Amino acid sequence: MSTILEIENELIEAFGLLDSWEEKYDYLIELGQELPAMDPAQKTDSNLVKGCQSSVWLAVECQDGRLCFQADSDSLVVKGMVAVLNKVFNHQPAGEVLESDLRFFESLGLWRHLSSQRGNGLTAMVSHLKQAAARCLGQAEALPATNPQEE
Amino acid sequence: MTKTISSARADFPILKTMVNDHPLVYLDNAATTQKPQSVIDALVDYYTHYNSNIHRGNHSLAALATQAHETTRGRVARFINAEHKHEIIFTRNTTESINLVAHSFGDTFVKEGDEVVVTQLEHHSNFVPWQLLCQRKGAHFRVVPFTPDGDLDLEVLDKLLGKRTRLLALNHVSNSLGTVNPLEIIIPLAHSRGIPVLVDAAQSVHHIEHDVRKLDADFYVFSGHKMYGPTGIGVLYGQEKWLEAMMPFLSGGEMIDQVTVDRTTFNQLPFKFEAGTPDIAGAIGLAAAIDYLEQFDAEELAVYEDDLLRYGIGQLGQVPGLILYGNPIRRSSILPFNLEGIQHYDVGVLLDAYGIAVRTGQHCTQPIMDRLGITGTVRASLALYNTREDIDALVQGLKRVLKMLKR
Repeated sequence: MSTILEIENELIEAFGLLDSWEEKYDYLIELGQELPAMDPAQKTDSNLVKGCQSSVWLAVECQDGRLCFQADSDSLVVKGMVAVLNKVFNHQPAGEVLESDLRFFESLGLWRHLSSQRGNGLTAMVSHLKQAAARCLGQAEALPATNPQEE
Repeated sequence: MTKTISSARADFPILKTMVNDHPLVYLDNAATTQKPQSVIDALVDYYTHYNSNIHRGNHSLAALATQAHETTRGRVARFINAEHKHEIIFTRNTTESINLVAHSFGDTFVKEGDEVVVTQLEHHSNFVPWQLLCQRKGAHFRVVPFTPDGDLDLEVLDKLLGKRTRLLALNHVSNSLGTVNPLEIIIPLAHSRGIPVLVDAAQSVHHIEHDVRKLDADFYVFSGHKMYGPTGIGVLYGQEKWLEAMMPFLSGGEMIDQVTVDRTTFNQLPFKFEAGTPDIAGAIGLAAAIDYLEQFDAEELAVYEDDLLRYGIGQLGQVPGLILYGNPIRRSSILPFNLEGIQHYDVGVLLDAYGIAVRTGQHCTQPIMDRLGITGTVRASLALYNTREDIDALVQGLKRVLKMLKR
């Protein structure tokens, strides 16, 4: 499968073809609608990443050192972001997930916009993924807990 | 001569801004209003020409700054028709004003077994400080519910105002639903039972009646930044008899008379409640905002804003699947809604892509959202510089959002 970097570059290219915010959001929402459905049984309270204004469910597993997850959101915009994270990180080696940064989001032209909104839980979502990656590598104590201010 | 409302828009430089390649349509006024050039100029003038610490300096700039600061106090007193200038206490914002009363009034007058009454229409800022006061004192926290239309249930209010009630705290206009509470009924009712009333006027002071003596409010609190003034300055009006009887809230500089190792005596009103260097520039900016606001004919302004709100309600009604919340007897400046089956967050984010600023979420009123059984709303809120074109842009934006989200 493609590496994180390769997938990031594909996404940057795809978003780069779109000029306006409107088109970028349109595409983001489209990606969200293509996201594989989450098993309803996984939508538990313990899998809920709470943002102020939208809810995200995230169920992460570690399989043979790779991070595997299912996710969903009640917000279509957030679901689009979940889909981007899904494309980039799902089934990738935990070590690579842990090492990657989210600067590629900036290149999508949406990052500055979405990361400043603590309501959407994007930062919390990423933090959960990184913690899961650390656990996968047996480094549970390596990362600080999620800062609630960021959620 | 009074200023025409149609000329107001040009006084606010930020309204010419482009946001995401669209002209800014600013409809988040309940969160904070924009500032006219005259307020911005007053701040620049202060810092450019007479910035100095007030009250104890004996040089010329200190005298100028002190004079400007104290003139502002008089300006605020006249604006809300307070009897005395010293009944105006400067704070940072509405929240601090309420906390001051919850602590100082609460410590002096609320005892175990007493009751404090608030309403379910309050902003958390006029809810939580009273809840905490009741917890500290072992007093009972009573909450007046609202009807499905978004009006206070006055029958329940009548029952809750009892012998042990020490204070009623409520807003004049709900920041979340726009309900105008009938203070002309509620305050006399409370007073007939000897209960003082605190009015949270953050969403009303610049829109509707704000004469504290006519309202007969015991305490009346508001923020500068929601009424075209700067952030960082708030007002607590309190009737002299209450302020005199209350202990200080914060202590330190300015608020003292004599300090010895054994004891401290306090400065007179209003300084007793103003510890530390105040927001001098903020106060001067607030006075400029009042000057600005009072250039308009108050009645004409009220009619204009009311007409715009009605237009907004009518136009939003044209948007398919739009749910407007509340239908109170009287509403002011707030349009709370959702699009059926769509997250309010998504609506806010996508409207922003069209340069339209609204607020989404719970608006610091979780008890209201609980009562309505929703997780939040989209809130468009109006100010004097908004026009029918802004409403039209919102409606147009919502129709585009619907197209993007309803696939």
